Amino acid sequence: MIDKREALVKLFSAKGARVDTNKGEEYYNNLQTLMENRLNELEKAEGAYKTNIHTILEANGLSRRDFMKWASAACAMLMLPASFVPTVARAAELMNRVPIIWLELQDCAGNTEAILRSDAPTIDELLLDIVSLEFNHTIQAAAGHEAEKHLDEAIETFKGKFLCVVEGSIPRAMNGLYGTIGPHGETFEEHLLRVSAKSAAVVAVGTCATFGGVPAASPNPTGAVGVQDIVKNKPVINIPACPANPANITGTILHFVLTGQVPALDHLNRPKFAFGYRIHDNCERRAHFDAGHFVESWGDHGAKHNWCLYKMGCKGPMTFNNCSIVRYNEAVNWPIGAGHGCIGCSEPDFWDKYATERPISASRIKAPTGGVESSVDEFGLGLLTAAAIGIGIHATASIVAGKKGDSNE
Amino acid sequence: MSKHLIVDPITRIEGHLRIEAVIDDNNVITDAYASSTMFRGIETILKGRDPRDAGMLTMRICGVCTGTHYQRSIEAVEHAFDVTIPKNARLVRNLMQGALYIHDHVIHFYHLHGLDWVDITSALKADPKKAVEESFKWCKTPYGVGESELIQIQERLTKFVKEGRLGIFANAYWGNKNYKLSPEQNLIATAHYLQALDLQRDAAKLMAIFGGKMPHPQSIVVGGVTCVQDIQNPARIALFKTLLKKFNHFIKTAYLPDVYMAGSVYVSEALDGTGAGLKNYLCYGDFKLDDTGFYQAANLFPSGVVLNGDLSKVYPFDQSKVTEDVTHAWYEASGPQHPFDGTTNPKYTGLEKKADGYAYLKTKEKYSWIKSPIYDNQRVEVGPLARMVVGVAAGDERITKYVTNFLATLGEKLGLGGPAPTAALFSTIGRTAARAIETELMGDVMVDWIDELAANAASGDLHTWTKFDFNAVSKDAKGYGLAEAPRGGLGHWVKIKDGKIENYQAVVPSTWNAAPRDNEGRMGAYEAALIGTKVADVNQPLEILRTIHSFDPCIACAVHIIDTKGKELGRFKVGTNCAI
Repeated sequence: MIDKREALVKLFSAKGARVDTNKGEEYYNNLQTLMENRLNELEKAEGAYKTNIHTILEANGLSRRDFMKWASAACAMLMLPASFVPTVARAAELMNRVPIIWLELQDCAGNTEAILRSDAPTIDELLLDIVSLEFNHTIQAAAGHEAEKHLDEAIETFKGKFLCVVEGSIPRAMNGLYGTIGPHGETFEEHLLRVSAKSAAVVAVGTCATFGGVPAASPNPTGAVGVQDIVKNKPVINIPACPANPANITGTILHFVLTGQVPALDHLNRPKFAFGYRIHDNCERRAHFDAGHFVESWGDHGAKHNWCLYKMGCKGPMTFNNCSIVRYNEAVNWPIGAGHGCIGCSEPDFWDKYATERPISASRIKAPTGGVESSVDEFGLGLLTAAAIGIGIHATASIVAGKKGDSNE
Repeated sequence: MSKHLIVDPITRIEGHLRIEAVIDDNNVITDAYASSTMFRGIETILKGRDPRDAGMLTMRICGVCTGTHYQRSIEAVEHAFDVTIPKNARLVRNLMQGALYIHDHVIHFYHLHGLDWVDITSALKADPKKAVEESFKWCKTPYGVGESELIQIQERLTKFVKEGRLGIFANAYWGNKNYKLSPEQNLIATAHYLQALDLQRDAAKLMAIFGGKMPHPQSIVVGGVTCVQDIQNPARIALFKTLLKKFNHFIKTAYLPDVYMAGSVYVSEALDGTGAGLKNYLCYGDFKLDDTGFYQAANLFPSGVVLNGDLSKVYPFDQSKVTEDVTHAWYEASGPQHPFDGTTNPKYTGLEKKADGYAYLKTKEKYSWIKSPIYDNQRVEVGPLARMVVGVAAGDERITKYVTNFLATLGEKLGLGGPAPTAALFSTIGRTAARAIETELMGDVMVDWIDELAANAASGDLHTWTKFDFNAVSKDAKGYGLAEAPRGGLGHWVKIKDGKIENYQAVVPSTWNAAPRDNEGRMGAYEAALIGTKVADVNQPLEILRTIHSFDPCIACAVHIIDTKGKELGRFKVGTNCAI
């Protein structure tokens, strides 16, 4: 099995790594100072719990060495140089000073389910020790009036300090009445505004909360929108994907603990540490793409030999996310590993623009020759352009091969 | 004077659910209403799309039984196209769904339902030494409850509680007198709560091995599966077997013993049939055991209907007798409709704000986003209990063996002087027990399936996909994918015209169970199951949570439907008659 932590460290430290994280000594010195000040402040602050993380880790049979290994992977994931490892470790110890209130709106609970399978740290550590999860419908013990009471109390106790994590979209048609919650029949929009108003920042997890996701797919019967369309007076961090990778959720929380600020975001408000490069850039089948080896139909010779899935509709070249490195379920697999192309689930409107089983040429999107570069921000431009030419050629080839399926508009 | 309770949100479920109950002077529930308060409109979204993409989208109906929706949708399209999948694909799909079962059931028992029976705060008072002795009463080799482990867990919890904030454990109905386990029993269950939280990640990996990820796997396509490299790689098969073995060990040495233990304490509620409800059971049938054509294969869970708890008769299931009614659901339609022709328009009539400041369901009118499914003019319950009941009634050898063994062991552990009576299964506790019986069965049968898959691949059969001519088969077709999610019968019906979806309807477990009253005023399964239950403390309606949770609600699944267009919504003047 691939060790995800090792893979992360290797990726970001390898010579010629595709992701250039070096921002210069001055930048890192300033960042270090900012983080130290923030952590000193947090340490003094009244937290939810004061348990020393090392006692907990010991109780779970994890050594200091294991913890530092975890911290070094987390550090790499946040695109910080190795000199930050001790700071990241210290931040992990203080994670419980930033409570989480997790709201579920027009959701399927997929993101909660995903975080339940989180491995770094494991969920039992998360719940009891590391993160102070104050509210989450799917797993909390209290119900009805008692649940509401606890929510009110937590909002007041941690006013201005807690992170409001949101799962699911918000219906706006019919005055928002497609979703109500609690004994007073509050609409999802009212509920979100009430809780987020007192938060430090809002983290939208999953594609529904970020871009509207499935409910907002055409013709969007309930007028569903993402959190950023509703919450205007708080920083909103988007962690899309269906579900969001729990590593990216943990990474974002950790970053907030470290800096008290939102991480560097791309033009879609996604953290660059997770969405700063494409699936395609680090895909295990990339060599086959470059060599022109493609799966042409499910179960064929190419499929049996792990060839590139581009012609089977893989949207990896257009999709910004770290799945190809972080993978899922403790790195046991990921969609392309299971022989299915990427469906582009961390991109806005992907249900309408990306026909899942048809190649890019048959989808309502363009190969990234213009416009998409802006989302790559400062790195990877050269490679992207090269890939775009490649994609253009293959796209043309597949049209010629008569693979064009979806012909809507 | 009677009291009218609102429990909203019902937590530890998937989705948004409200229960209102009327309680008489003796604290007995005389009336109950179940309402779903969230709607997304996924079936409308499906219209006009390529049927090959439906699986990916419908899977997002639910993040819990995600893989089941995925498979049913793909299957409905395969049925419409008359495409039979290869053996490898059938086995992989069975294994993926089996993994979903054992994962889901264990999470449900410990993390969603468990806190209705287990008082975590009481575990702090336990004597760990006595707890070890207690654990040996229920299992010869109890899981993870050595004295030092229990002390450690207790210390960890004590520290957590002393720090003043209980996080997700805050404000529950702790201390309610209807929590009956001893502190030692609570400690054992709490230890398993924490251990299962850790271990369930392995069960999720079982699905990810062939599915790419969990939740929302991605390896099933119309005609077969894509994970050929995972099938042909012995290391992947070995990993699957190792993880399965580990999880099965937990099922047999923690889950089942804990069900016996809890059953011993709450046995009177099982014997007097608390929470039985409708006693009509429906199973669509699932887990194909051979490669014959559509709906001809032998099933692990046979399909059928049992009425009034009468195990001597099983009626054959016929999908054409499934209809949905909207008399009390927030839609407009004329009479009950079969899913192929399901036409529905939203008609939200809101809640009613009363003097106490709360908003109440208008129970005489429409009060839920869930429709009311009716089978052959009967309201029915679906789920693990329905599968076990139908299996026994149909004389299925395997199911009968597991049910009989369970009842015999329970009778022996409880000193009943014989097996526990089958009728005890018709109760809230019985629903929970049926889920445990089924988990053991599933874990065992999966061992056979993975061996079968490995042997088939080793014989050189790497066939994973059946070729079909999309343009020819998708001109005018209709089909259905009927199977059993962990929570019960789950069906997708699809009509395809000129390569696009013309109509799509899903009738799923929580639609059956969580539905409101129908055109004849008959209750849905949740509602019926609550009637007659005595609540110990009206301010802590623990018993309502118990019975509702015993169904393992999955509400996002249940709310599908809708046939409207965004622009039409302006016509509904709902803001004025709603209590907000």
